[in-house]
Amino acid sequence: MSDTSLVDRHVGFVHALREAGLPVSLAEGLDAARALRVIDLTERESLRAAYAATLVKKPGYRPGFDMLFDLWFPSSTTGLYDEDAVKSDTAELSELRDQLARLLTRGGEAEMREFARAMVGRFGRQPAGPGRQNWFSYSVLRALSPETLMARILQEVLAGQERGGLAEKTARQRVNSGIRRFEEAVATDVRRRIAEDSGVERIARSAVRPPLDQLDFLRITKADLARLRREVYPLARRLAARLTIKHRKGRRGRLDFRRTMRASLQSGGVPLTTHFKPPRPHKPELVILCDTSDSVSSFAHFTLLLTYALREQFTKVRAFGFVDTVDEITRFFVPGADVVEAMTRLANEADMVRFGRTNYGHSFERFAERYGDAIGPKTSLLILGDARSNYQPAAVDTLRALAAKARHAYWLNPEPRQQWDTGDSIATDYDAVVPMYECRNVAQLSAFIQDLA
Amino acid sequence: MFDSPADVTERLATVDYLSDDAISTSVFLAAALGKPLLVEGPAGVGKTQLAKAVAQATGAQLIRLQCYEGLDEARALYEWNYKKQLLRIQATSADDDIFSEEFLLERPLLKAIRAGVPTVLLIDETDKADVEVEGLLLELLSDFQVTIPELGTISAVRKPYVVLTSNATRELSEALKRRCLYLHIEYPTPERERDIVLSQVPTIRADLAEQLARTVATLRAMELKKAPSVAETVDWANTLLALGRDELDEPTVAGTLGVVLKHASDHARAVKELGLPS
Repeated sequence: MSDTSLVDRHVGFVHALREAGLPVSLAEGLDAARALRVIDLTERESLRAAYAATLVKKPGYRPGFDMLFDLWFPSSTTGLYDEDAVKSDTAELSELRDQLARLLTRGGEAEMREFARAMVGRFGRQPAGPGRQNWFSYSVLRALSPETLMARILQEVLAGQERGGLAEKTARQRVNSGIRRFEEAVATDVRRRIAEDSGVERIARSAVRPPLDQLDFLRITKADLARLRREVYPLARRLAARLTIKHRKGRRGRLDFRRTMRASLQSGGVPLTTHFKPPRPHKPELVILCDTSDSVSSFAHFTLLLTYALREQFTKVRAFGFVDTVDEITRFFVPGADVVEAMTRLANEADMVRFGRTNYGHSFERFAERYGDAIGPKTSLLILGDARSNYQPAAVDTLRALAAKARHAYWLNPEPRQQWDTGDSIATDYDAVVPMYECRNVAQLSAFIQDLA
Repeated sequence: MFDSPADVTERLATVDYLSDDAISTSVFLAAALGKPLLVEGPAGVGKTQLAKAVAQATGAQLIRLQCYEGLDEARALYEWNYKKQLLRIQATSADDDIFSEEFLLERPLLKAIRAGVPTVLLIDETDKADVEVEGLLLELLSDFQVTIPELGTISAVRKPYVVLTSNATRELSEALKRRCLYLHIEYPTPERERDIVLSQVPTIRADLAEQLARTVATLRAMELKKAPSVAETVDWANTLLALGRDELDEPTVAGTLGVVLKHASDHARAVKELGLPS
């Protein structure tokens, strides 16, 4: 690569990173350029690491970075795969599946990539109009269907050992992570081919997903939710650390008269230095009232988990779930309880459903009737939901009475503000009684909790 | 310091630190560009160990600043020897200069700046320190100099190799991150973890180490409160050796799980998912 084309490529790459939302400063871009001069540019992984070290300073940005890197600096074929193995263009499907089964348990990174590349070349192409073609990963995965290889591989690996035990579990995990790597490699190669056909910039714009804490709660996939749950405890730790710092640094408490007088003896009775009592920590009681219907469940789940993980920041947390009637769900979150299990038990055992259509009005009335005494002058009331009540009566007055009893009341709505009041949403009506906040992703949620505690 | 990333890998291996592409390249770049290296990652993946290994591999002296809440300038940078100053005033005439070299107490940061020999400065658990300390570090990290109001600016005689570590319990400031190269160390792949176990516990059998690494990878794939760290895997290997077990079967795992999982709920979950006898 000549010097100018390298500079162009570097500038284009940095630009694409910025466009994808990574904050790359001018100085950092220069650092990266300097790094390019001292490393061996033919070592692709070294180049990737150099860019990552200089430009990506938050783990959340890494997936997006890797995707763009693969597009801007595609790997060249090494011929590692084709030489020693079956010819990918002509081989029988069963041979290819044998090959994949071998790679899933024992394959190296480079070998896997070569294989994925060959498979995309063979199965991934779909004609799209005269003279044009499109590339898809699903057709590759359908043709080879790596999941169906599991039984076979297990039989091979376990070789007569007892089933269902530790050995099987480990083997399964290994194959699963192999399958994920294969899918990843296929997707990367598909993107590379699309980029070759229609330009890097176009695919780059559509391919990069926002980092985890910017993901929209309502569009979250099951896999993302699992990843989010994994993040609950680290996130809670981070939040808690920040909250304690805030508490300590907050306004100073009242004048400590005794200590001030005693200190004044040093200066002959003149109180030169004043001492203050440490501020009394303010810990709110929290009552969470959350819509657990399917449309917003991932949002409610995550928010509940986070507040429970932050339990020590609140004197007391009580949670209530509703769809069209309400039930207390605090019991599922005993300290040390398993996160995933709590969620499944919550869905199965709590009595929150009468007819199965969300009814905010009825839920609020039932809540006021059965658990009204849960709210006192020290309580912060937190309502989670999209305020879509299927055109049922809103019971705004009941909610007003509840909110008046509480010290503070907040409503978190996972819908974007533009969609409030569309269709059956009665966001504004409720907003007039309980201030409503848009809360679409983890970043917004943490900001809110920080203000609350 | 180093010739190439490959050289880093090789020399770290001689002091029993198994590196990978990302680690080696970052370590190499930090030396080549003369920039501090900020290492983040979960607890127990060998962040502090990396700094020690770099010092050992290059024969540099290691100066360590452990961060904690309430760490301040006087304990990180320098302090005036107050008692000595007081004695000097009382003993001699008043026009003696009491803000000179001989009354200065060096703390780790100043010591690293003024060291004449190759130095690795390890600023450990930066996230534990207060935000003000970061401000203190900025001048040091960008220009390798320290300003003492009474003495003036002291520039580094020889740039120290700076490694900062963080567990990410709080987000470090943008300004600090911008001045550093960033390295995120994740849990290693089973293959690398096996090699780590083999290098740390040389007497263990290779297939047992492999089994251990695979089992730990399975544990990490579950949704646990605290995933087992590399250090804990090594502990586990030592435990098995001490118990004289040479296979990792269900009863052994059930009996020794406490070495890697430290929460009751994690323990219960692992027992359930792995089908262990309880």
